[in-house]
Amino acid sequence: MAVNYVEIDADRCKGCGLCISVCPKKVLRFSSSFNSKGYHPAEQHDPDNCIGCGFCYLVCPDTSVTVLKETSKAGT
Amino acid sequence: MSVLTTFKPPKALSGKEFTYCPGCQHGTVHRLIAEVIDELQIQGRTIMVAPVGCSVFAYEFFDVDGTVAAHGRAPAVATGMKRALKDSVVFTYQGDGDLAAIGTAEIVHAANRGEKITTIFINNAIYGMTGGQMAPTTLLGMKTSTCPYGRTVENDGYPVHVCELLKETGGIAYLERTTVNTPQDIRKTRKALRKAFTAQLKGLGFSLVEVLSTCPTNWGMNPIEATEWLEENLKREFKVGLFVDKVGDDQ
Repeated sequence: MAVNYVEIDADRCKGCGLCISVCPKKVLRFSSSFNSKGYHPAEQHDPDNCIGCGFCYLVCPDTSVTVLKETSKAGT
Repeated sequence: MSVLTTFKPPKALSGKEFTYCPGCQHGTVHRLIAEVIDELQIQGRTIMVAPVGCSVFAYEFFDVDGTVAAHGRAPAVATGMKRALKDSVVFTYQGDGDLAAIGTAEIVHAANRGEKITTIFINNAIYGMTGGQMAPTTLLGMKTSTCPYGRTVENDGYPVHVCELLKETGGIAYLERTTVNTPQDIRKTRKALRKAFTAQLKGLGFSLVEVLSTCPTNWGMNPIEATEWLEENLKREFKVGLFVDKVGDDQ
């Protein structure tokens, strides 16, 4: 069983919301906290439903997204 | 338990934070170019020429050699670089105010001479850095700060279609118009950029990729509304598609 994590660099994120709008599983949302620029950055609230498609990475204009896949054993 | 990184930013970017507005697609195109540079393993011999405009500091964001040219003159500077250093890979990154207005002569003649350089042309139908003035690519009826009642044919003429203009020039090896609005479009744009760089590596001639892009700040919309506006309006005027392809599919 693999779990996908979307790591968002909160201080790079400008809160444009493009990643949230394209997420097919709606696992991203705006954080309630502010980052150092004063924006609400995006955050992943539901890693269990994330399919690791990378759409958030593709549309992010500020390269603040990294997608990680955690597997219970290698190759699954 | 193992952790695998499936998507991460490319190495050819310097890691410096982009200075663009929230939702501006310049950053997306920067990342795609860097991904292609990584894929083709040409980072050590790539030189870029930045334009004048919002992306004037583009050379700061890439981990490649680069300079900035006078407004619109990036193809002329790139011509000199490529002719002096034949093994290098030279690309220019230009906006519509830079390429389609003041730089029209340079781009048409660089394409016609078949200079072995690549140009990435960002078309967002407006001048971004200077505050949303009318560009040559502004749509008819579109309101900007210098045409507050909308662009009219009597006063301002018609939008300039750069790809349609350049496709008849003899030296062009690859010419495509794409967008970066959806993940699917972004993948297509990466493929187009890869082909454009391949055209240069094979020495086939001049290559240009026009990317229709949003400018949420000067269009007066939020980033998501801007992508919808692009789909409905900009794509209707500027047809997305392949114009010239002398590269072929074998890469």
